[in-house]
Amino acid sequence: MSGETILSVDRLTMRFGGIVAVQDLSFAAERNKITALIGPNGAGKTTVFNCITGFYKPSGGAIRLTHDDGKTIALERLNDFRIAKQAKVARTFQNIRLFPGMTALENLMVAQHNTLMRASGFTFLGLIGAPTYRDAEKHAIDLATDWLKRINLLDRADDAAGNLAYGDQRRLEIARAMCTEPALLCLDEPAAGLNTRESAALSELLLSIRNELGTSILLIEHDMSVVMEISDHIVVMDHGVKISEGSPRAVRDDPKVIAAYLGTDEEEAVAVMESGS
Amino acid sequence: MTPIPHETKHASRTAGIPALLKTALFNALIALVLFSLMVGIRTEAGSDGQLTYWTRFGELASLVAAVFGGSIVIELLRQWIGPSGAEKLVPPAVQNGMSFVGRYVAPVLLGFTLLMPVIFYDQRYILDLGILVLTYVMLGWGLNVVVGLAGLLDLGYVAFYAVGAYSYALLATNFGWSFWVCLPLAGILAAFWGVLLGFPVLRLRGDYLAIVTLAFGEIIRLVIINWQDLTGGPNGVSGIPRPSFFGIPLDNSDDGLAAKLGIEYSPTHRIVFLFYVILALALLTNWVTIRLRRLPIGRAWEALREDEVACRALGINTTTTKLTAFATGAMFGGFAGAFFATRQGFISPESFTFQESALVLAIVVLGGMGSQLGVALAALAMIGGFELFRSLETYRMLVFGIAMVLIMIWRPRGLIGHRAPTVYLTKAQAISSDLVKEGHG
Repeated sequence: MSGETILSVDRLTMRFGGIVAVQDLSFAAERNKITALIGPNGAGKTTVFNCITGFYKPSGGAIRLTHDDGKTIALERLNDFRIAKQAKVARTFQNIRLFPGMTALENLMVAQHNTLMRASGFTFLGLIGAPTYRDAEKHAIDLATDWLKRINLLDRADDAAGNLAYGDQRRLEIARAMCTEPALLCLDEPAAGLNTRESAALSELLLSIRNELGTSILLIEHDMSVVMEISDHIVVMDHGVKISEGSPRAVRDDPKVIAAYLGTDEEEAVAVMESGS
Repeated sequence: MTPIPHETKHASRTAGIPALLKTALFNALIALVLFSLMVGIRTEAGSDGQLTYWTRFGELASLVAAVFGGSIVIELLRQWIGPSGAEKLVPPAVQNGMSFVGRYVAPVLLGFTLLMPVIFYDQRYILDLGILVLTYVMLGWGLNVVVGLAGLLDLGYVAFYAVGAYSYALLATNFGWSFWVCLPLAGILAAFWGVLLGFPVLRLRGDYLAIVTLAFGEIIRLVIINWQDLTGGPNGVSGIPRPSFFGIPLDNSDDGLAAKLGIEYSPTHRIVFLFYVILALALLTNWVTIRLRRLPIGRAWEALREDEVACRALGINTTTTKLTAFATGAMFGGFAGAFFATRQGFISPESFTFQESALVLAIVVLGGMGSQLGVALAALAMIGGFELFRSLETYRMLVFGIAMVLIMIWRPRGLIGHRAPTVYLTKAQAISSDLVKEGHG
């Protein structure tokens, strides 16, 4: 593996009572790359995600995030909102979690909460209408507008998020995560429920995020066409342990991966893997 | 595809008569079970203390018959109007007219309120009622921050009202501090209690939060009753100073405002003054809330109501966000409490029962959660309406209850069911209440 590591997961273990959901999982994600975490249903992918993004406290192991400036943060010690605020890790959810009663623009404004809070002097300056806050708000609206353009939803900016089409909601959720200006973007099944055309647009969006903004991406995905097309590195999990790792090509040809995906019926597994190539 | 709905509609109409009778019979049966003991048998203690009873089957029969007939009429009406008939009944022209009127309701109401003391100068009853309504408008707007914006169900709001009232009453009677010094202090103390309650409670969600806030309201009331040395217990605090016009008393003395202005003294001066004080306080609450909604903290409150998990994923500190909502709401409650104390001149724990919390919450829910105008209209309807039905005597509660049920059928999401966006690029569109969440913790 070459390049700089942004996220390193070391012997991560997560137990729920007697059940071991993730056991001794170690992998690394490189800066400015797209790393995919795949595996059959129940492999423990979302559990890993929840550990990284602070929704679960790991039972054991270490998760280290290294920022641009070389500062390293122990994610397993931060909890809750601090992961997004201090460590700059943003995430989306498997079942979309937008603010349905707020407009698309408002959703993107809420994402910039911490920046705007500081600018509004923790509300007091904002309440008296200080010019510093007005400038900051204008800047925030510009950033939001920029993202709405990028995801092609500018004309729906003032519509309630809950009224958008499913594919639009998926993209809006990614834009909302990006509005927090993260170092690492974690996407939990971003292509779930999208049609072929929407998946292709999603791949394009993710590649543009990596290439133009240099944001590192970690994603869980079942849609192999997306995974194989955009990933730089793939980690395969099954039953809470890592069974394979490598480039898309290497993973696709790994017999262990094929066996994990479709039991021993290798013929079908090959068919699935090839549909993604 | 279009003929199918027609067919089903016909089918439901023809099959209607047996179904109609079945529903009516079922309702009549429920009425029979309910009323047989409540109305059918009457008991009373006899002259020697023994229990005597007699039956009233005639009344029972007429009640059951009324329910039977009534449910047939209601079912027929429902079939005649159709399931979504309420919208169709109103022609578009009238709807346009209503939205036109809707735009001017707030300014007209405000103008009328400002002129009220001039118009009704001689009618003390109406002015007193106006002050009462405005107090509840302010309490409703304060609670609206907690329940309507942040989506935290608070059943103990009256606790902060009580803290504000007792803060002013005790500071004024013990140290002789003036109303205008105590007013901000009362707000700060109430906000402080809001934070203090918030810390342990905000880890809870939904029903649990509601129950604990309910208990907190009762705790404050019981402390006030039992801490006799400080609060006077059930006797309350009396002789609370009346507010002065920034230092000039509003009385019949030589230093009084009337004497200084060289006009004849009238007790109405004080009422008018109180009216404008509470109006100013309520408008301050409204202004601050509207400003806060457009600031990041207000957006975070609403986002919290919509989806707490997503808020955490975006780096929003949900605990402090909830605490600020609680503290802001409590502060306005405290202001209203201080005003209540100075207006009454006497306060006791009697004024801060759970019923007050429930009434304020009802105002917020009836108004449409989160809507400022809705809350004001609901306070007017609840407090003013209640007075309006005074002539009906015993049936007042019944009429009031029926009115509430009708409003909830007609407008299940409150009088004003739309949410206005806090920021927009091209055009602010009202968001239908179907999309807006109520919050669950």
